[in-house]
Amino acid sequence: MSALDFSTTIGNAWFPAPTFTASGCASSGRELAQFFPLREMGGVVTKSVMSRVRPGRPTPRMAETPSGMLNSIGLQGPGIDAFLTQDIPYLIEQKARVIVSIAGETVEEYSTLARKLRSVSGISAVEVNISCPNVENRGLVFACDPDASRRVIDGVRRTLGGELPIIAKLSPDVTDLVSIAKGVVDAGADGLALINTVLGMVINVNTMRPQLGGKTGGLSGPAIRPIAVRAVYQVHAALPKTPILGMGGIASGKDALEMILAGASGVSIGTASFGNPTAIMSIQSELKQLLIDRGFKSLKDAVGYAHRTEEDSHG
Amino acid sequence: MSPINKNAKQVLAPVISNKRVGIYHQIIVNIGDLAQKCKPGNFVAIKVGGDNSALVLRRAFAISRVSTSSASGGTMELIVAPHGQGSTWLCNRIEGDLIDIVVPLGTAFRVPTEPLPVLLIGGGYGSAPLFGLAEVLNARGSRVDMILGASTASSIYAPMEGKRAVNTMRIYTEDGSTGQTGRVTDHLYEQIKDLNVAVVYSCGPMAMLSAITAITTALDVVHQCSVEESMACGIGVCMTCVLPVEGADGSVSMLRSCIDGPVMDGEKVSWSQVGKQL
Repeated sequence: MSALDFSTTIGNAWFPAPTFTASGCASSGRELAQFFPLREMGGVVTKSVMSRVRPGRPTPRMAETPSGMLNSIGLQGPGIDAFLTQDIPYLIEQKARVIVSIAGETVEEYSTLARKLRSVSGISAVEVNISCPNVENRGLVFACDPDASRRVIDGVRRTLGGELPIIAKLSPDVTDLVSIAKGVVDAGADGLALINTVLGMVINVNTMRPQLGGKTGGLSGPAIRPIAVRAVYQVHAALPKTPILGMGGIASGKDALEMILAGASGVSIGTASFGNPTAIMSIQSELKQLLIDRGFKSLKDAVGYAHRTEEDSHG
Repeated sequence: MSPINKNAKQVLAPVISNKRVGIYHQIIVNIGDLAQKCKPGNFVAIKVGGDNSALVLRRAFAISRVSTSSASGGTMELIVAPHGQGSTWLCNRIEGDLIDIVVPLGTAFRVPTEPLPVLLIGGGYGSAPLFGLAEVLNARGSRVDMILGASTASSIYAPMEGKRAVNTMRIYTEDGSTGQTGRVTDHLYEQIKDLNVAVVYSCGPMAMLSAITAITTALDVVHQCSVEESMACGIGVCMTCVLPVEGADGSVSMLRSCIDGPVMDGEKVSWSQVGKQL
């Protein structure tokens, strides 16, 4: 038995391990359940769900890029009602801890979604995805606008009441991430998910047109990891008490540790699961061993450890 | 456990052999008891590029045939063209190399319980999984005829041993370098009628599958096709490989070709909406 306390907390939600799926990267959960028991990871962050059935963007939706990929799924999903009757009971039956991710086109849609979640038991937290890059109008990316970001989180907080923790998922494609992070925390977010994909494009030189049906897409994978580490580091420096779910190209325990040291209280794994269905399990065990090897007694002691000063080191 | 991916396992599997067959590579992989779970139409997702590769996504390949009784236990055969970085890496594997695979994945061709006349149509190396299917159908007493097509002779994949289960084989090339000049659909309407075909099975480019569907629909013949859409994960989590498919209620929704396919009912695919915004 290791003496390491591997648990983490986001608001009042407790998780036995700091490892999560990234929203949109685990579908309904059933797909990964064949490869490992869902309850063995920290938690499942569900695919961002909207009010109604959504077909998503046209194909091709994917282009592989160096150490990464572009996707333009466009929030395809069954809508909140079908999601609550079909997907949530399955996850709870598997004894998975569940963070429900919601996405809306208007401030009101986010509140409507939050209202439907109030009465659902077995949910650990709500992720408010205000940063999906795959919407028709980039103006709808709330996370690029400090005021719109605050209004969404404020609406969700009021609707949910004080119980369920709110995690705001932010975009790195902004000039001043820290000010947006502060705004949503002021509005009632208990935690932050950093980062969503980075907006990108690939042009096919044979057809000489954009490769993706949706033209632009979100870049993910190890290619964006340094951007994610920077974002987590900057936000943790400004808001050291706010738990951060760090994500962006984490593919190994070492990558996860880097994110923890930057200031993340937990990590989400997305693209790595596409290449390796058991990635989350190996990242989890590698991270645990790396923390033990470095003499940490608790995951929490490692959160933001890269921020320590010379004095801290000698103290 | 979940009904999705229910037989799939992730394993490190040894390459038994890798032979060049024209422009293609025939790669045999030892998959042990998993061979018993593989059905014609299923595919395998393979990690490519080795550790620390910049290629982060698995590559999906149709399983062309499996053997449960070879000297080394259960094996699967893949027919691979070294087109891109990932397939080229796979074609460079040698005997004894271990590859990280997830298998079996996806839907299989449905085989009729009665021996019925069937027609198998392959485009390019899309013919590969049809030879394994032909053996299964032939063993059930079905009359199996085959049509293969490609742009040019070197792209036709038709191994000698594969022809044993096939009654007749017609070949079309667009440049006329072998077989008849033209496409697999040129005389398809008459062939289906003449052979009294009950089920058409196909694998190849999407335009070919769509053209076949137009003919099978006109003749009211079942068409099971193995679709091709770019995939990132192969296990149903990424939602990139979707196609517009008509459901039982007549409405069209985006289904994953890795979970609800690759074998789909051609008549249910809304071919005109592929690549369009629903």
